[in-house]
Amino acid sequence: MMNYFELFNLPIVFELDQTALTTTWQTLQQLTHPDKFATARDAEKLAMVQKNAQVNDAYQVLKSPMRRAEHMLELRGVELQHEQKTMQDMAFLMQQMEWREQLEDIPVNEVGLDQLEDMDDEVQAQIKQHLQTLKSLLEQHSDEANQKSADEIRKLKFMYKLREEIASKEDAINDL
Amino acid sequence: MAYSDKLIDHYENPRNVGAFDKNDPSVATGMVGAPACGDVMKLQLKVGENGIIEDAKFKTYGCGSAIASSSLVTEWVKGKTLDEAVQIKNTDIAEELALPPVKIHCSILAEDAIKAAVEDYKSKHSN
Repeated sequence: MMNYFELFNLPIVFELDQTALTTTWQTLQQLTHPDKFATARDAEKLAMVQKNAQVNDAYQVLKSPMRRAEHMLELRGVELQHEQKTMQDMAFLMQQMEWREQLEDIPVNEVGLDQLEDMDDEVQAQIKQHLQTLKSLLEQHSDEANQKSADEIRKLKFMYKLREEIASKEDAINDL
Repeated sequence: MAYSDKLIDHYENPRNVGAFDKNDPSVATGMVGAPACGDVMKLQLKVGENGIIEDAKFKTYGCGSAIASSSLVTEWVKGKTLDEAVQIKNTDIAEELALPPVKIHCSILAEDAIKAAVEDYKSKHSN
């Protein structure tokens, strides 16, 4: 499996130097840009197109805290990506359900826009807490902590999905 | 992607949407979520004194396949005992609705919702 941190020559840590990440991405992006290989042999061109796609994938993963954490776990042998298991944390799911009901009841008008913003603030604050927990768990490097990290990531997936839904309702109002 | 007529029917006219009072002793509640897609499903069973499921309701936030899967199981569990209900397999659901492979997890969600509800009932009545 490709180690994206190595590809970007960055230390494998959750709190990445964002400036270094972006600078390295821009450099690698230029080095592998297909335009530079317009006159190259087909095989070489293809290899560079693949390399370029890989650089962009890596950047997307490393840029997102959740996907970065997921990649770190993957490198430790904990695979989450294709998991089909369900989650049954009752208290957590109840809250997710309540938020979605609340979101459904928000009117599609100017008033709704304010309510959406409040809700998004609340969700973001919780995301921040989960990321904080995730950071300290990932630093522990134990099997138990890795499993707990995986649980935090699973929860974050619901939270980010909720933010997407809030955003799409916002778009719907703005398009009126 | 072509969806089956049954799936579209359950999605467009979902059966038994709603909720029972979760504090009612005859009501069992199962809550499950699929991290892969962020779907959340709540399935409630109303169980008679003879141990037979008299009614079922659901609320699902998720894609069409998740809604159709939960709608379908509310129909299937009615008239069954709890032990019979937990025999319902995700593959039966997937087959009935002709779910595409990428949506199999929706049927797993529905199967696990039944199991979670039955477990809730058993823990409510364990003493």
